[in-house]
Amino acid sequence: MLSFIIRRLSYMIVNFFLISFLCFIIIQLPPNDIVTRRIQELETLGATNVESTLNTLKEIYNLDKSKPIQYLYWISGFIRGDFGYSLAYKQNVKTLIFRRLGMTFLVILSSLFLAYIAGILIGLYSATHQYSFGDHIFTFFGMVGLATPTFLLALMLLYISSRFFGLRVGGLFSPEYVSAPWSIAKVVDLLKYLWMPVLILSAYYAAGLIRIMRTRTLDLLREQYVLVARSKGLEEKKIIWKHVFRIAINPLISIMGLQLAEVISGGVMVAIVLNLPTIGPLLLQSLQTQDMYLGGAILMIMIVLLLVGNFLADITLAWIDPRIRYN
Amino acid sequence: MAFTSVVHKIKKKLLNWYKKDLDTNPSELFKKVHGQSYAMLLWKGFKGNKLALLGLILLLIMFICSILAPLFSPNGENYRELSRKYAPPAKIHLFDDEGKYYGLFVYDYTLETDALSGKRTYKPDKNTILPIRFFIKTEQYHLFNLILLNRKLFGAVGGIWYPFGGDHQGRCVFSRIIFASRISLSIALFGATLTVVFGTFLGTISGYFGGIIDTVLQRLIEIVISFPRIPLWMALAAALPAGFSPVKEFFLISLVLSVLGWGGLARQIRGVVLSLRDSDFVLAAKSYATPNKRIMFKHILPNILGVIIVNATILIPLMIIGETSLSFLGLGLRPPANSWGVLLKDAQAIQALEKYPWLLIPGIFVVVSILSFNFIGDGLRDAVDPYKY
Repeated sequence: MLSFIIRRLSYMIVNFFLISFLCFIIIQLPPNDIVTRRIQELETLGATNVESTLNTLKEIYNLDKSKPIQYLYWISGFIRGDFGYSLAYKQNVKTLIFRRLGMTFLVILSSLFLAYIAGILIGLYSATHQYSFGDHIFTFFGMVGLATPTFLLALMLLYISSRFFGLRVGGLFSPEYVSAPWSIAKVVDLLKYLWMPVLILSAYYAAGLIRIMRTRTLDLLREQYVLVARSKGLEEKKIIWKHVFRIAINPLISIMGLQLAEVISGGVMVAIVLNLPTIGPLLLQSLQTQDMYLGGAILMIMIVLLLVGNFLADITLAWIDPRIRYN
Repeated sequence: MAFTSVVHKIKKKLLNWYKKDLDTNPSELFKKVHGQSYAMLLWKGFKGNKLALLGLILLLIMFICSILAPLFSPNGENYRELSRKYAPPAKIHLFDDEGKYYGLFVYDYTLETDALSGKRTYKPDKNTILPIRFFIKTEQYHLFNLILLNRKLFGAVGGIWYPFGGDHQGRCVFSRIIFASRISLSIALFGATLTVVFGTFLGTISGYFGGIIDTVLQRLIEIVISFPRIPLWMALAAALPAGFSPVKEFFLISLVLSVLGWGGLARQIRGVVLSLRDSDFVLAAKSYATPNKRIMFKHILPNILGVIIVNATILIPLMIIGETSLSFLGLGLRPPANSWGVLLKDAQAIQALEKYPWLLIPGIFVVVSILSFNFIGDGLRDAVDPYKY
């Protein structure tokens, strides 16, 4: 088990460096990003006090050095926690992101949690009550939900909630609570707004999970040992929970890593539509102004989250299913 | 001299294709064993799945509508009337207020501006009745810039009718949706084709040659699969310089979308190729010193077609979602290009949604097209299921 963990850890580190290289290329890709534009602006101004600003800019972004050296500076800064400086927001990227990371984690983790619980339970129900009314309803909504892009789900839910319930739901806090210190009242207020993005995201991912769980359980219920257990008089409940459930869960855990990627990327769209204070809208704004250092840093953070999440998911899977360790 | 040798080559190819060698041709053997060709068996299995048939029919309808778009849209793609800005969809009636029967018809609009608040409301004008008929006569227009037509499939006689209402420039939402389907569907197909070509190529090479190429490609595939899709699409799309012509944008967006999709396909193909590499017929071909390229095309490719087709039906919805999301964010296609995502961008603000909810209707088309592809994909997967027969 230990050798497995070490192997996975080394993969993670190697992947991290490879992906950081790709991210750096993406950062340098736009020919007219905000730093270049600012420098051109300053150069055309040509006043004397512009000189020092130009030099500071060149120093911060290491523009006078060659590209590979720039990459080394950037990646070493990244590992140390210095993510660079955003020209559009005039702040350190670190402060910009950290403020929003907490909310991002909250939305993503609660969506994942809810999605898994709903997915497993509904999938089991669907499989054990196959062709029932509930099964058909869940399958129908599952198919439609999977076929709708996440931002469209968010838009539709926004429309339905404002038309039929008169709610104005955008952002994560009411205006009074946005910059207020944390208190019980603020948490309650947060919950009033949190349900919408979490509902959308978890519904979307639960749809996929329900499908997998349902197919898997259906296949397993036809196995020989289920037949034997039934003929021996074992309660249906025990059959499902003690035997079938454990094996049916397997594919869901093995795709947990991929699911994390889906939730992060879907979360970006929902956050943009609902205007949540997470890193999704920040990514969009940074890309629209071509503030590539901010955009690249956010991308890297998402990827680090993914790598760590995949790593943990792999470890969990190996712990549960011993066959993986010797692959 | 060169000409005659080329003619000889073509003749030989035609003869080879025609003279199906019954003993070794795999499709003829299949027919002998199962009584039907593989394609017929597939079609029979596919037909049994009602949802898959529904998906196929819906898709055919969409394709016909998008190809013959000018015929199906009551108003042109860019016809605009500022007096119809944000006009709501008209209600369709059968009887007017006095109970007289007119067939299907709508009332035309009058725009009333409240003098005090400046609020504009559209009131149906009960005096003008626009009957809805099929194959109505209109002004002349061009189909494919070639054929001159003067009839449209349906529309209102004697006036302008916007079935799904008007957008912020007073254009007909319904007509724009139909024209937008051209771009959305073709980006999806083109992107999926790129992805399939790329993924098949890399997967086959990785599985067939093995060794270092395989290891390197496997690591690459692992990285590509674990990327968060939408953020990376956003970053790549934003990295493209702006101000490209719509045609160039089309190709670049397809390229961006296919960059991330090829990983899963390549992995599956690699698995199949690995198992085929040591099979008898490949070994026999190798013992004849058949060049690798021929082995890959003639022997391995027919066997991975099943995997490719099934994956393609998953990839196309992915491309639709990707293109719609990117255009919705303003990073993909931009106006004046017209796609479902661009149309949905108008519906982004909550104020617009509350007041003009018909701007969301392109979303229904997106969902229906993705559902059709999903149903077809399910049907295909069931039909190729080896455990069925």
